[in-house]
Amino acid sequence: CIPVLSTYPILKTLLQRVEKVDGGLDSQDVATSLGVDHQAIVGAVKSLQALGDVISAEQRSSKHWELTGEGCEIAEQGSHEARVVSSIPEEGMPQSQLMKLAFGKVGFSKAMSNKWIRLDKGHEGGPRIFKTVERLEDLVRDKLLLVQKGQASQLEEKEKNELKKRKLLSEVTVKSYWITKGSCFSTTITKQETELTPEMIASGSWKEKKFKPYNFEAMGVALDCGHLHPLMKVRTQFRQIFLEMGFTEMPTNNFIESSFWNFDSLFQPQQHPARDQHDTFFLSDPAQAHEFPQDYLERVRKVHSEGGFGSQGYKYDWKIEEAQKNILRTHTTAVSARMLYKLAQQEKFTPVKYFSIDRVFRNETLDATHLAEFHQIEGVVADFGLTLGDLMGILHQFFNKLGITKLRFKPAYNPYTEPSMEVFSYHEGLKKWVEVGNSGMFRPEMLLPMGLPEGVTVIAWGLSLERPTMIKYGINNIRELVGHKVNLQMVYDSPVCRLDS
Amino acid sequence: MPTVSVKRDLLFHALGRTYTDEEFDELCFEFGLELDEITSEKDIISREQGDTKAEGASDVILYKIDVPANRYDLLCLEGLVRGLQVFKQKMEAPRYRRVSPASSEPQRLVITEETTAVRPHAVAAVLRNITFTQERYDSFIELQEKLHQNVCRKRTLVAIGTHDLDTISGPFTYTAKPPGDIRFKPLNQAKEYTAQELMSLYKTDSHLRHYLHIIEDEAVYPVIYDSNGIVLSMPPIINGDHSKISLNTKNVFIECTATDLTKAKIVLDMMVTMFCEYCEEPFTVEEAEVVYPDGRTCQYPELAYRKETLSADFINRKVGISESTEHIAQLLTKMCLRSEVMSDGEQIEVEIPPTRSDVIHACDIMEDAAMAYGFNNIPRTTPRTYTIANQLPLNKLSELLRQDLAAAGFTEALTFALCSQEDIADKLLKNISETRACRISNPKTAEFQVARTTLLSGLLKTVAANRKMPLPLRLFEISDVVLKDESKDVGARNNRRLCAVYYNKSPGFEVIHGLMDRVMQLLEIKPGQGNGYHIQAADDSTFFPGRCAEIFACGKSIGRLGVLHPDVINRFELTMPCSALDIDIEHFL
Repeated sequence: CIPVLSTYPILKTLLQRVEKVDGGLDSQDVATSLGVDHQAIVGAVKSLQALGDVISAEQRSSKHWELTGEGCEIAEQGSHEARVVSSIPEEGMPQSQLMKLAFGKVGFSKAMSNKWIRLDKGHEGGPRIFKTVERLEDLVRDKLLLVQKGQASQLEEKEKNELKKRKLLSEVTVKSYWITKGSCFSTTITKQETELTPEMIASGSWKEKKFKPYNFEAMGVALDCGHLHPLMKVRTQFRQIFLEMGFTEMPTNNFIESSFWNFDSLFQPQQHPARDQHDTFFLSDPAQAHEFPQDYLERVRKVHSEGGFGSQGYKYDWKIEEAQKNILRTHTTAVSARMLYKLAQQEKFTPVKYFSIDRVFRNETLDATHLAEFHQIEGVVADFGLTLGDLMGILHQFFNKLGITKLRFKPAYNPYTEPSMEVFSYHEGLKKWVEVGNSGMFRPEMLLPMGLPEGVTVIAWGLSLERPTMIKYGINNIRELVGHKVNLQMVYDSPVCRLDS
Repeated sequence: MPTVSVKRDLLFHALGRTYTDEEFDELCFEFGLELDEITSEKDIISREQGDTKAEGASDVILYKIDVPANRYDLLCLEGLVRGLQVFKQKMEAPRYRRVSPASSEPQRLVITEETTAVRPHAVAAVLRNITFTQERYDSFIELQEKLHQNVCRKRTLVAIGTHDLDTISGPFTYTAKPPGDIRFKPLNQAKEYTAQELMSLYKTDSHLRHYLHIIEDEAVYPVIYDSNGIVLSMPPIINGDHSKISLNTKNVFIECTATDLTKAKIVLDMMVTMFCEYCEEPFTVEEAEVVYPDGRTCQYPELAYRKETLSADFINRKVGISESTEHIAQLLTKMCLRSEVMSDGEQIEVEIPPTRSDVIHACDIMEDAAMAYGFNNIPRTTPRTYTIANQLPLNKLSELLRQDLAAAGFTEALTFALCSQEDIADKLLKNISETRACRISNPKTAEFQVARTTLLSGLLKTVAANRKMPLPLRLFEISDVVLKDESKDVGARNNRRLCAVYYNKSPGFEVIHGLMDRVMQLLEIKPGQGNGYHIQAADDSTFFPGRCAEIFACGKSIGRLGVLHPDVINRFELTMPCSALDIDIEHFL
């Protein structure tokens, strides 16, 4: 309800009136005194309210007397009986002619009972009416005029009821406003604008304008935008952490791996349960890998079946057929093995720090936290003289960047690392230590056959990407995070990822 | 990781003191074990079968302890107690001795030629004058089961048979016979069966049916007889009823048949070292002689003690501590690795007992030193390894494009790399033979039949799962597909793809086309022939005829875009038109 220009004079007048009174005034009285329709004043009140706290208006209701249509006519032209008298000439008038007048019937009987006229029934040419008074007091009209002037209170209750009975007056309930000054009262008003427009900016007119207040309780409009997947947002953060720590990204874009690189090169024996059909996805096409570095393969065979490099070995019949079997890699450590082998082929060893975050596959039973594929985060450092203390130090720094400061380490077993340590962090919410990753030093049986120098130690650690993401975003079922069944609303609504806060 | 269940009070009695649950949990953590659960038989039955079934069951408190997969010496109460007592320096590690029988020839197990084809190895030993109690007996049976499940690889590598020696008489013969020729009364059965009958009898046995496959298809089955033709066992399936052990058994004959001799020796060593403490002469084991088909003989159990020499400096350097040689020798001794400082004061001679088959390298000894020192007592240091970080160019490109695709109003999906053959072929109106898909040989369900060759099916399945979302749906994914490739060592390679779909009441080809233009703009490739990019009409069964174009950049075909075929829409259970873009981004490296 923006005040339209035509209502301006009323608004102004209303404000001037409010300014002059002390206690306030009634809208109805204003309407009467200005001689305008009450609805016009109500509109003005509403417009002023929309401008803020210029006025305050309290609704109230009152009863009052009003002329009916017939009452108005009488107030203007006189009562029916008075009009009868004035319409009769000195020589009188035939009754039939009088009765033809609009006010004739009612006026005749009232004038008769007032004795203002007489009826000569036996007059020649039919009954004829003569006036008996020259001057008369039209009290009905006078009373109605009083009501019309708003002075109904001067009449007695009995008189008003009589006029009501004659359907000249009616008693009506009127809703009105009690108007007082508001906290921002002013007699000058400006039109309120909804929005800033280019024209206002160009002309500078915004400086003079008042703007309609916004409703800050309401929500904004939902944006039509694209979103990144929460798991990928967390991946980006982990990538960032590794890069900040000087780690180089490994090429893990090879989901299909030979058992040789996935297991044998890591000194994982061929009868190990992880190599079981129940744990690993094997391929039927392409079923086998060909091409292995032959001398390296021979050293791997030997360290498994006979030992060497200071090891007893596993002393079993190592079979090339097992090593050739293609699988979907069960860990990205297969890529670490390839990278370390490549490093060992360099003429001179150089220290390296590697990382990767990519998919791995397990033919496991699926549940709320396990899927057949998930992302593994892995970090590897190779240098001369690295210690177990160094591994714990790096892990401390890595987890610090994730906002995890309290760490402890539990001895564990892993076929390709020795020592192996499970990493636990203290969970403030659960009030207990929870496992957050696995770590260890790669076994000499893995590193020495590759050709890495004797004194080089390789430390490594790994964790899943899904688990910290589920904790971060409060997701209990992994299917609500990964795969085609996720609710896109979850993707739309996921916040930015700051792992350390 | 195997879990061992022990009665708490029995464990505390054996350890000579009690612990609170927290204290014991802490001790486990330090020792590389995990107190997984505190429960009782009653709790377990009530959880698995309901409260009514649990009535009357024992409510003795059980500790379920997770043991590292290579520590076979901790798989029973006896071994756990020994390990912890030595660790807490309450006792010295026992020395296990192989002894000859006092007054007779050793028991003999003769292996015949026939076993070569099916299960060629066997080892044996005798526990003489043993005293069982109910608890010891239960633990003895339980250890066999734990070994079978772990180091024996569900009996494929090794199977253990234990017999009451006083019910049978040697020499014993380990041979292999056609199943029809083997006939005996198996353990806990009332009558005799042939091997064939047994195989069908056990088809429905919840426990034994898992082992049948090991010999089922062999022409001959392994079997052990005594000198009177009594069947001791038909490994790896079942023992004979005749020689079964009981609480009253005094002399136990243990045989292990195997496909892996090393594992057989380890398993036999474990069985005897764990239980010889209950023999009249504790920690002694009576030898048995195994005669090979070629006439060679061997004495078992091996119970070999091996010596390794290493320096304190080696351990200090690897762990990152600086302890004296003496202290390191003490630490190792706590781990059941009896160690002595050698005369030069620097070298340590470490003796590896037969119970520690997991120690195969100096690094294993180093780990034990670190554990005894306490991982959490080792100072945490920062290595000085100086390196410059590099991103993988392909991942760097993918990360940059992902950000800009989201900025273009598309939402990132994350779909599975494995799927059904139908997803990448039939549903996309393609023939599987033209997809170059890699096949999985052992999928548990159809969801894991192949590695995806396109990202499109995953995106369409995502749309299908989100049909209730307001339209239009704009999705993308940048990830790898897998294609067969003869030139690679494994015969396959990943390929990084960018795929996007637009799903709305109208096909929106212009939207997906606009996205393609935007991608090219981001990659600084201008429209045009030659070094630019252009599209030209193409036929592709996945797309609506006349609504598909091939995308060329720098003269090479890099992918397709178009309006999907209505049959594709239907097969993915969608209802609206959909346009898609699918490109190989490896061209832009």
